[in-house]
Amino acid sequence: MALQNLIEHIQLVLISFVFTGIVGLILGIVGYNFKKVRGIILMIVDVLQTIPVLALLGIIMIFFGPTFTTVVIGIVLYSLLPVVRNTIVGLEQIDPAIIEAATGMGMGKFQRLVKVEFPLAFPVIFTGLKIAVVTSIGIGVFGAVVGGGGLGSTINTAIRIQDGSVLFQATLALVIMSLVFDFVMTLVERRLDYNRK
Amino acid sequence: MIEFKHVKKAYQDNVVIEDLSLTINDGEFICIIGPSGCGKTTTLKMINRLNKINDGEILIDGENINNIEVNKLRQGIGYVIQQIGLFPNMTVAQNISVVPNLLKWGKEKIERRVKELLKLINMPYDEYAHKYPRELSGGQQQRIGVLRALAANPPIILMDEPFGALDPITRDILQDELKSIHKQLKKTIVFVTHDMDEAVKMADRIIFMESGNILQFATPEELLNKPASPIIKEFLGKISYSHNANDLTCADVMRTKVFTVNRKRKTLECINMMNQRDIGSVIVVDDDDKFMGIVTIETIKEKGVPGALIEEILDRDVKTVLINHNAKDAFDEFYDSKLDYLTVLNRNKTVAGIITKTSMAKALASLVWGENNDS
Amino acid sequence: MIVSFLNEYGSALITAILTHIKFVVISVSVGFIIAFILGIVLSRLPKLSSIVIPILSVFQTIPGLVFIGVLFLYTGIQDLTVIIALSIYAIFPILKNTYVGLITVDKTLIEAARGCGMNKFQILIRVELPLASAAIVSGIRMSTIYTVSWAVLAAMIGLGGLGEFIYRGIDTNDTALIVGGAIPAALLALAFGFIIDKIQDKLTPRGLKRE
Repeated sequence: MALQNLIEHIQLVLISFVFTGIVGLILGIVGYNFKKVRGIILMIVDVLQTIPVLALLGIIMIFFGPTFTTVVIGIVLYSLLPVVRNTIVGLEQIDPAIIEAATGMGMGKFQRLVKVEFPLAFPVIFTGLKIAVVTSIGIGVFGAVVGGGGLGSTINTAIRIQDGSVLFQATLALVIMSLVFDFVMTLVERRLDYNRK
Repeated sequence: MIEFKHVKKAYQDNVVIEDLSLTINDGEFICIIGPSGCGKTTTLKMINRLNKINDGEILIDGENINNIEVNKLRQGIGYVIQQIGLFPNMTVAQNISVVPNLLKWGKEKIERRVKELLKLINMPYDEYAHKYPRELSGGQQQRIGVLRALAANPPIILMDEPFGALDPITRDILQDELKSIHKQLKKTIVFVTHDMDEAVKMADRIIFMESGNILQFATPEELLNKPASPIIKEFLGKISYSHNANDLTCADVMRTKVFTVNRKRKTLECINMMNQRDIGSVIVVDDDDKFMGIVTIETIKEKGVPGALIEEILDRDVKTVLINHNAKDAFDEFYDSKLDYLTVLNRNKTVAGIITKTSMAKALASLVWGENNDS
Repeated sequence: MIVSFLNEYGSALITAILTHIKFVVISVSVGFIIAFILGIVLSRLPKLSSIVIPILSVFQTIPGLVFIGVLFLYTGIQDLTVIIALSIYAIFPILKNTYVGLITVDKTLIEAARGCGMNKFQILIRVELPLASAAIVSGIRMSTIYTVSWAVLAAMIGLGGLGEFIYRGIDTNDTALIVGGAIPAALLALAFGFIIDKIQDKLTPRGLKRE
């Protein structure tokens, strides 16, 4: 198993994570504040996740060619749903009394968002991020088909040359990666939750 | 007739009921009451075998309940619980017909029965039969819960704090309805409650339990006039035994269930908590639960900054009274203060309770009219 | 352009869509039967499931590609390879949702049911399964959509379906082929999701619907 592919895969996941976080949060906050577009935003991210990954990657490839960028865009589009949904849900479930109190103290909309709403919603948002990361590890495997490298290449090659042991190693690497991300983020999640109580 | 003979119940090594014997006659309305953890619910659930007994026997009309197939037994005993437990996937009519269905009654017979029962509680069939539980109010839901228990016309109904989750007015109405149903149908009803007013109002006889034992099994009158144990006396409330208004202390007129917060709580958290409980101010205590002061929602809105601790803005200059203080003095003091309540402290400065207008009025009313008070 | 594409590939496209649907329907059905039974069994055995459920979650992180790859090594190029791999994959979401749906049924309702004199089987059929049905159907929905996605991989080992268009398009850098495969695949997934939503809507009693 090529170590380089493993590193590439981690890169894919981490870079996508950053963009998923940024785009997801923005869409979530927009959806929370503007009820009119909320339905549309949620529908679009839901549809994006419904489209088969390879189909999505194929279409993106038409514009960006067989590159790393294509795979990152694909992963980001595919893993937006949990982040957007949890951002909206997290913000929605804040007790109106707290928001009223914050407004009563003279906070503006933006201040309130940054100082009160966002911190209170963060544990829920973080759960969304966790789901997104773990999903993206699996999606990354498709990257190889559209030239993005990663462990998908290792697996594809292994299948083509019928090498069971490499296939096993690559799979193991993926599973361990998912578990580690999941484990670490669950730890953080628990801490956040504990703080809230 | 329901008979308990030397019944014992233990959870692992923890014996909750050691040796319980009692007899309930046909058509009686029996209330089981006692402090929480006294074994009243455990006792109730033994009758329909939701709790297994470890020793002794329970007989219904002379037959050991362990010799009856368990589901047959339960189909023959109505059961109502505090959480209501209507099946949300079924309509009102379907909920009521659960047991008749299990007993394989015919379709027409079931429908006739459902109509008959809804009539009993004045809920028109056409309007309610096809509604779902969540489309009903809490009081309506529990009415249906009672009907579900009555549906197959069982001679015995078990009720586990059935009205405990309802608001006082609805509870009162449902109590009256149940009483009239009992009068009409002559069922044997075993009714668990922790509310002495409810027990006195409903029961033909009251079983008072404590630590798995029966302290007294008597009519309400007898229990009130001749409580067999100091624990019962205490449960009935000290008020009815204090004959002179001048003898009353703060302990007699206060409410004991008080919501306090630790000084290290954040202001926003406190607002949230107050909101949930629908109160305008909270009592702040230190790490040893000792009284520090009071914070009102207005103060927080005025002075609070996000992330600030509640102790930073609390009002320490608040009038308090000691628990053994004379109630009359406390009353005067209370009317001078602008607060909605007066905090009562124990000698060690922990919070004993609060005196509110309601708690005061209740105490005085029971003194004047001799009613019993359970708070 | 669309006309000429359809002229050239029309019949192949229809065959591919039908193959794709065949893979999805068979795999999800097989997966559902296994998952449904296992889910019920596991919900009765808390001790066993505290071990099995986490293990299954780990398995779920294995990409579908690997399942197909591994099976391919053992069973070679045949439809069964794809169907087995996809069925295994379809099991997880349904199993998990069935299990969670069943164990989260309000315990007071179960006690109420016991108090009415229902036996375990009656409680399962009349109370637990109806209350868990929403979770179970959403598990089926997830499985179906995943399966549409993973079925694209069937083409990787030469077994057709819409993946064939996409793979060939990517290999030969033929945009028309990629789009010609991707769009029907996307529509297929959306259609499956839509149909399942409609079915769920029909099946859910009014008492369990949200707002």
